[in-house]
Amino acid sequence: MMAGQSLISVDKLTMRFGGLTALDELSMTVHEGEILGLLGPNGSGKTTFFNVLTGLYKASSGSISLDGENILGKTPQEIYRSGVARTFQRSRLSLSLTVFDNIVIGDYQHMQHGLIFNLLRRKAFRAEYDAYVEKVKALLEIFSPPLVGRLFEPVESFTMIDRRRIEVCRALLSQPRLLLLDEPSAGMTHDETDELMQDILQVRRKLDKLSVVLIEHEMNVIERITDRCVVLNYGKKIAEGSYVEITADPYVQTAYLGEAA
Amino acid sequence: MKQKKTITLAKSAGMLSIAALVLTVYVWFFLHAESQISIAILLVAAILAVILSRRFGVTLLVEQSAARRPHLSRWLAVGCGLALIAAFYNSHFVLLMLCGVLLYSTACLGLTVQFGYSGVANFAGAAFFGIGSYATAVLATHTAIPHVLVVLISGVSAAAIGSLLILPVLRTRGHYAALVTIAFGILFKTFIEVNDVLGGPQGLQVPGLNLFGFSLNDGFSLFGLEISFYVPYALLSLAMFAGVYALVNALERSWVGLSMDVVRTDETAASTFGLHIVRWKVIAFTMGNFFAGIAGGLYGMIIAFVAPNNFTFGDSLLMLSIVILGGLGNIAGLIPAAMIVLILPEKLQFIQEYRFLLYAALVIVILLFRPQGLLPRKTRIFFARKGS
Repeated sequence: MMAGQSLISVDKLTMRFGGLTALDELSMTVHEGEILGLLGPNGSGKTTFFNVLTGLYKASSGSISLDGENILGKTPQEIYRSGVARTFQRSRLSLSLTVFDNIVIGDYQHMQHGLIFNLLRRKAFRAEYDAYVEKVKALLEIFSPPLVGRLFEPVESFTMIDRRRIEVCRALLSQPRLLLLDEPSAGMTHDETDELMQDILQVRRKLDKLSVVLIEHEMNVIERITDRCVVLNYGKKIAEGSYVEITADPYVQTAYLGEAA
Repeated sequence: MKQKKTITLAKSAGMLSIAALVLTVYVWFFLHAESQISIAILLVAAILAVILSRRFGVTLLVEQSAARRPHLSRWLAVGCGLALIAAFYNSHFVLLMLCGVLLYSTACLGLTVQFGYSGVANFAGAAFFGIGSYATAVLATHTAIPHVLVVLISGVSAAAIGSLLILPVLRTRGHYAALVTIAFGILFKTFIEVNDVLGGPQGLQVPGLNLFGFSLNDGFSLFGLEISFYVPYALLSLAMFAGVYALVNALERSWVGLSMDVVRTDETAASTFGLHIVRWKVIAFTMGNFFAGIAGGLYGMIIAFVAPNNFTFGDSLLMLSIVILGGLGNIAGLIPAAMIVLILPEKLQFIQEYRFLLYAALVIVILLFRPQGLLPRKTRIFFARKGS
């Protein structure tokens, strides 16, 4: 159905919270370089899937492999290092810190963390810092040029759409292989959503190997930017295919659109 | 509307020098003042000056100048300290108070790394300070280790004993972690009280500092002036504070400070971007206790005598109130806050037992009107921008 190798393969993934089964033997793949839409009604397990994939939750059973290597049971830190970055449904930026601070932490894995380097070798630190300022500026230049001039303002002074952009930039800075976007349009107007999606497509054109999984309720966004969709309901996959295929699917129409065909 | 006011380098240097001079003269008057009238006048003058300089933008101007010239402002601050020590060269009591302010502030630098940056509340600051004092007392009395090393080892002891707390502190969160440290502070005081080897409730004597063969307790005279033996101690305290300040200042403007801030503000986001929460909290906790320990070690040698009652839970609260009153996370606020918390009660002797009441009320009023402290923390700028 799809060219390109599989980057993520999920096999019979199950996640239980006490008596509630949030993910029920979910199997799916994410191909290299594709934008995959993840759909489903509220509570169908989409965000839970992201949390399991990034290591925040420990799955009850099943497996997830990234490039053939099992990543289930690894810590969030290890999974981040293997190239998975994400945004959150409710913005998780540090509001008192600047745009630069919030974005640059996205490349934590390549920074030097040693105390001697950071506290005593200030010249060397300055050089690394200057390189990062350029790197963050270059990313913002592609993503949202107006933010470049406000690099050292605290995030609390920015609007919702700018905060989303900052969050996406933070996730992109380390050049991940897989980007997980958790409902980027939440709380934004249609126009703002459009703008954000343009930005994301723009970045994708520059980084063609990047795979994206997008949780989204706005059907027109899904239609415009995804290559393929997976639909969840009660933690189970109920449909998979192109936008046209899944919207024509009778199961999806009952479960997701909430009316019988 | 944003006002674009650019200050030239020369103008900001002038601004800072005047500010430093005014502050030094004010503190000099304050330390000199004995009568109730003069202290009352000085307090009112301070409050009026703060309100007026805010009203007419002087405060803002000074802040901008300081941001423009970070190095100059630091050297000026050291200069103020030296000038005050020189001005009170023969006054034991004032010098002792200055040592107290500087060393408590040094311990508070440690608490800032813990609480202000990493979010680990430590309600046992005085206990770690005390571990430093006791370690110094024991090592300086019973071993021949050079005293500079003794003070450093005292810091290491405080950090090492603190590491016993790391597990319970990391396994609990927020208020519960704070409770663990409170319990430790009480445990420490009780332990030294019942322990005869460490002098029990009577405490221990601490030998004076011997610096490369010079015994600091001897006192000396210079150009025919009788110099208090506290002068070298005050200079050492100033040096210790300045050194630790420089380290913590560099820490805040580095990936370490950034990582600690991210860990404090959002642990979930932090782990998602690869930050090891435990690593940063352990580093902050250990480093903070080390600073409290070396400050306590030197302080012990200055007061020459350590007893359990110097390191109570109340003293730990005093340290935390300095950190919060100064502006949580802003190390530049520590010295003014420490002066209010440590010197003001001494100066308010005239109202006798009511002084603690008035002083406590003052702290509450300040925090009521400025909940973020006297000098709230500024947005981090890693390096002052050059040029223009």
